[in-house]
Formats: sequence, C-alpha cells, structure tokens
Amino acid sequence: MAFGAIFVPNFTVQAVLRSEPELGVRPLALIDGPPPTYRVVSLNHLAALLGVTVGMTKAAATQFPGVEIRPIAKVQEVAAHSALLDVAWSFSPRVENAAPDTVLVDLSGLTTLLGSYENIAMTIVSKCSEVGLTVQVAVSVNVETARVVARSLPGATVIPQGHEAKYLETLPVTMLSLSQELSEVFERWGVKTCKALASLPVISLSECVGQEGVRLHAIASGKGMRSLVVAELAHSFEESLELDDAVEELEPLSFLLGRLLDQLCVRLVARSLAIRAVHLQFELEPAFEDAFDSTSVFVRTRQFPGIYACTLELPVPSRDSKLLLKLVRLRLQSTLPKAPIQKIRLTAEPAHTRVTQGGLFVPEVPDPEKLELTIARIANVVGENNVGSPQLLDSHRPDSFRMQRFSVPSTPSPALETKSETKIAFRAYRPPVLAKIKLRGARPIHADFLGRFGDVIHASGPWRTSGDWWEDDPWQQDAWDLELAFPYETPPAQGLYRICFDSRQKKWFVQGAYD
Amino acid sequence: MRLTSAALRLQVESALAGRVASPFRLREPEPTPTAPVGIPTLDESTGGLPRGSLTEIYGPVSTGKTSILLSALAGRTTNAEVCALVDAQDAFDPSCAQAAGVSLQRLLWIRCHGLDQAFRSTDLLLHGGGFGLIAMDLSDVPARLVRQIPLNVWFRLRRAVESTPTILLVLSQESNAKTCASLVLRLEKESAAWSLQCRKNASRIVHTPSCLLDGWTNAAEIVRSRMQRASSSPHHQRTGAIAACEDSKDRVRFALGSASIPLPARHRQSQAEPARVIPFSELEKERMQNPG
Repeated sequence: MAFGAIFVPNFTVQAVLRSEPELGVRPLALIDGPPPTYRVVSLNHLAALLGVTVGMTKAAATQFPGVEIRPIAKVQEVAAHSALLDVAWSFSPRVENAAPDTVLVDLSGLTTLLGSYENIAMTIVSKCSEVGLTVQVAVSVNVETARVVARSLPGATVIPQGHEAKYLETLPVTMLSLSQELSEVFERWGVKTCKALASLPVISLSECVGQEGVRLHAIASGKGMRSLVVAELAHSFEESLELDDAVEELEPLSFLLGRLLDQLCVRLVARSLAIRAVHLQFELEPAFEDAFDSTSVFVRTRQFPGIYACTLELPVPSRDSKLLLKLVRLRLQSTLPKAPIQKIRLTAEPAHTRVTQGGLFVPEVPDPEKLELTIARIANVVGENNVGSPQLLDSHRPDSFRMQRFSVPSTPSPALETKSETKIAFRAYRPPVLAKIKLRGARPIHADFLGRFGDVIHASGPWRTSGDWWEDDPWQQDAWDLELAFPYETPPAQGLYRICFDSRQKKWFVQGAYD
Repeated sequence: MRLTSAALRLQVESALAGRVASPFRLREPEPTPTAPVGIPTLDESTGGLPRGSLTEIYGPVSTGKTSILLSALAGRTTNAEVCALVDAQDAFDPSCAQAAGVSLQRLLWIRCHGLDQAFRSTDLLLHGGGFGLIAMDLSDVPARLVRQIPLNVWFRLRRAVESTPTILLVLSQESNAKTCASLVLRLEKESAAWSLQCRKNASRIVHTPSCLLDGWTNAAEIVRSRMQRASSSPHHQRTGAIAACEDSKDRVRFALGSASIPLPARHRQSQAEPARVIPFSELEKERMQNPG
C-alpha cells in the first residue's frame, strides 16, 4: 500500500497565476483584511526579492516599484482546488481532501498500470502542470509522512518503506501543522526538528501536552499510520474569474473565456469526461437606473449588479476548447450583455465522451461538431429561431409546426412508403397575404393581392375547417383552390393558389401557391 | 538530328518516368456521380442531379419547381443523407414535405428573409460539408433582385461545391447561374386537372384542408446539361472539355398528383371510418347546449 500527497506551495498566489499567467513574471503581492487596513498575505518570489514581506501594509507594499498588488481571489482558489482534486481523481477514486492546498491519494495497485512510484509521482507533477499548478509530490506507505514530506521537499519524492524517519529527521517541526500553543511550547523546549520531537519520551510528552503531542510524536517518528478519509467524487466543473477592470468588448472577453474554457477542458480530460453544456454567467457592472433618462428628477441610485446568463448546449459532448470558444463567441455576438462584465463564471455539465463506430457503406453526414459550428454561424446570420428542423404539431390548424434543434439522427430514417407519383407541393405565404376577392354567388371570380389582379379560371371549394374553439385562439376558415390568370401582366401569367376566408376576421387571405 | 516518332515517344516517356505513369494514354474522365430526382421521366432524360455541381431549376409560379425539390429531398433523406434547405422567403411547408416523403429529422431548414442571408447561409453550409443536398429556394424572390447577384457569387458557389458529394440545387424564376450550372431545367405549366368544382362538407379523410386540386401536368426543358454532352459527344470526351449544350432542347412532361397530407396523430385511428363534418351552425348549437 502506498499513498501520495500532492501539495501546492504558495497556493493563493498560484490560484491567481492560474487565471492570469502573465503575472508570473512580475512581482505579485496579495492583500487581504478589513478595509482600509489591508495587509500582504501572500507574495511570489519576485516580490520577496524586492523586499516585500507578509504582514506588510498595502501602503508599504506600494512603495516598492513594479509590485503588482491584488486582493486575494476566493473564487479562483476554489477553482484551483477543484482542479487539484480532478487531477487526483484522474489517478484514483480514493482521494482525501486534506486542505485547500493538499490532497492525498491512494496509489495502491497503480504500479501495474503506470509503472514505478517515481513514474507515478512525475506523472502527477506533469498533470498538475497542465491544469496550471506547480506542485510538490511525495509517495510513502505512511499517509502522514507523505503529507509532511510533500509540504517540505520540492519536486517528486518517493520514500522507501522503512526509511520514513530518515526523511523526516531534518524537517522543521513546524511542518507538522502545529497549533499556535504547541508551537510556542516546542519553541520553549528548543524542539526545532522532527528528529528532536521523535527523540522525546512519549509518556512525558503525553503528560505535558496531551494526546496531540503523542500524535505529533508518532508522525515525526514516521509511524503515524492512519487510513484515508475518502472525499466524495465531485461532478461539478466550474471556473470563475473576477476582473479588476470590467470588460465591455467581445475581443478581450473572448480572450478570458478562452482561458477559462481551456482550464475546464483540461480538467474534464483528466477525468475522461466531455462537456455536454456550458452555462455562462456574467456579473455585470452596476449601472445607474436612470443613467439614460434625462427627464428623471430623482436622485440617481446605484443598482445591484445585473446578471447575464446563457447556456450553450452541444448536440454531442465535446472537450475541444477552441470549438467551444467559437460557439460561445457566436452566441455572444448576437446577444452581448448591455453592461461591462466584472465577474465571469463558467460551469460545465459533464458527460461521457462520444463513442461511435462509422460504417463503411453509410452515406457521408456532417461532422456533429462542425455542424454545430455551422449552425451557430448561420443562426448569427438569420436568427436563432430560424434554423433547425421542423416538427409538425398534432393539430389541424394550417401551418402548425415548430422549429426544433437540428442534430444528425443516429438511427436510420424509418422506411417511408414508396410514392408512385410526385405530389403537388405547396408554398406558404407567411403571414398569409390579405386579398380582395370578388364573388359571383358564393364562388370567387376575381382575386386582387400583392398588387396583382387575377381572373379565376377554375375554383374548387370551399373546404371548411375550424378548431381550437375551446382555446383563447380559435380559428375558422373556408378554403378554396384557385387557378388564376393574370392577363394584365407581361407576359401574361397563370398560377394555382390557395385562398381562404377567415370567418372570424371576415377577411380573405392568400395562404400560398401550389408549385 | 531527326528523330523518329517512336524514338521521340521513348525519349519523352523516359524523361517523365516516375512522375507520369503513361503520358500518351488518354485518361477517361470519371463519370459525374448523380442522384435520382425521383420523377422517372426527368431521371431518364437528365440522368439525375449531378453531385459536386450546381443544378438550376427555374420557371414561373406553379410549374412544379417545389415538387421536384421535395421529390429530390425525399429521395436523399430516405437514403440516410442529411439535406439542407435555404429558404430565401420562408415559404417551405413542412406538412406538405412530410406528405411527399421527406424525413424532416434529416432536413436542416434555414428560414431566411432576403437574398443576402440566403447566399451567406448557403456558403456556410457548403464550407461546413457533409450534406447530401443543399437547396437554395429563391422562387419567391423578385427576379429583378436575383438578377443583380454578380456572376462571381455563382462561381464561388460552384467552386465550393466542386469535389464534394453534395448536390447544390437552386430554384428561381429565371436562370441566373449561367455557365456555373451543370444542369439547367426550365419548367412550364401545361394543364391543371380539377375533378371537383365545389366541395361542401366533404370528408376530412380524403383531403387535407383545401387541397381540392387533383393535379397538373408540367413540362421540363433541359436548357443545359454538361453530363449529357459529355456522354454523347465523343470529341468532348476525348479532349476532356465539357461544354454546355445550348442547342439541346429536350422536353419532358411530368405529372403531379394531389397531396394527401397525413392527419394529426389523434385522428389516425379513426381513418377507416368516414368522419361527418358538422356545419358551424350545428357546432355552435352543440356548444351552447353542452359547454363542457
């Protein structure tokens, strides 16, 4: 049995750098605390080289030239922690969520699949690097030993069985996550390393500091065995970004979205999943309610930030971040938020990846991902409701159908009855065209519509229909098929049309033409 | 030094060895794959709709353009192909299409409002690829507007559809694609058949709303067919050049029958029994007596 500990050093800084990698080459200090007494809580090594220290006030930190000062970002820390857990789950389902910056993994039985423990440790480091985190990994048969060593030694460390105490002896006792009280006690006693703590008599230690001291003694000796507290597998994938300066234009927004989608896709790839739908949520900059109302005499009040939300559903699960970004861009092009965006939240609905077996003799059909992109582009041109597949409604009402989302059916079309003759096709006028019909008796003899004057050559009708009289929107009409001649046009034209008399509106309409 | 033809040929062949397999052998042009329209007389005379080419069908209203389109769509969708219809004036009738045998699940319908949207959508579809048939219906667009489309737009469409298995079908009132089209059909209406002059309180089972017309006959004239000339003229086969046959005036007649659109699902079980149509006055009376 072996356990791996994955530790993210300087976690708060790494969480910010994961969302904004360009800050990695600049001195960065993160501040927190009650305003206005902000203090530096975390910093990168470049800021430390300049002389910035933890606990320094914001005012003092700003005295150092070139230091980027940012507030700590809780949402980014949550996302970074989720990414860390996803990497751990990609290796084993038995994962303990030990701390925001530390996870413990059960690596038992993985050597047959992934090679030696050294290989496994290096793979964990590289996978974490893919999700934007630089980690320290330790592998040991003892969970606590792995955890302490991972927090102390850089890179990947594999501790051979029986040598735990040797690896721990030089490590400072503060690596054991001591309480403030115990830390002061050990400092008074002059206990600075794990070796010093392990050499203390256990019974005396228990008498002085209680059972916590005994536990720490066992850990420092490399004997503190315990089992993992397995975390429940998470199925939510969310990435967030809080912006210092609100974004209004699509170009910079798509740049940020691309980065978040990349991170989401990497996380899903680590879990062997794909994205079925992406939920976008933007927190908009609060605006004045009467900002554009010059007639308003009221005092301008600042409103709560607005929320813009939209969902992008995919016909087939995908984890291609470039495709997703194109689809999101196309969606936003048509419906861009009306206020600058100050916070972005992307949530992915996971699904299992598509597994298809192509046939050799089946006709070529559009690639689902490419088709989705094509449809999104066309929807941008003609409108989202004007692209799709028609679905007939269970109604006698003329022209009753609805548009549904188009996707290539996986099953073959049901066998339709073979038609012996070609059927007459009808072309609908939407909406029906208002017409003036001259009648002789009850039969139409002349039709006037769309500026055309037609004499009726043949007429057949009426076909009387009605429906939905039990609803708010009933319909009732007498329909006629007409063969019309237009003698005043050059050249003289003829056509077959369907007209109807709407009994409710008491008007004639041309519903369309036969063609 | 004068070389004999055999020696010259040998010299050329040796110079091109490894690059050209047989420089003096005539390469037979590959026959253009086609798909049937679904109307036997038209299929016989045209050979079907050519794939990887632009086909134009034009004529005034009520000449059968849409019927041919639906017939072709029915054939392609039944063959498990995916089709797209770019409807420039939103005139497509889905119930009529289903009655003609079109599988609506396999049809991507783009309801445009104008020529610009129609051409942009068609271009996107062609570049997306994978469709068996893409139809651009410009039938209801005024002819003077379609006439203003520059020829290079048609060339662009032809270029986009080349080397693909897609049929690009354009319906319009006048011929506009000119030499870009591989097959051009001009349609004319000949005669309509009316078996019924007046129908009052007729059965709902026989016809759907107002399809009281029994049918009509149309004539299709092949104005241009590259496939026809390629197969008929040995000279053009030899040179590989395919020219339009402007002088070909093949005329084909085809008949269109009455459309019987399927009834909604809730009425299908009672199809065997003729339904009695109650006049509105009686309906109103019934409603007054029994509001529930």
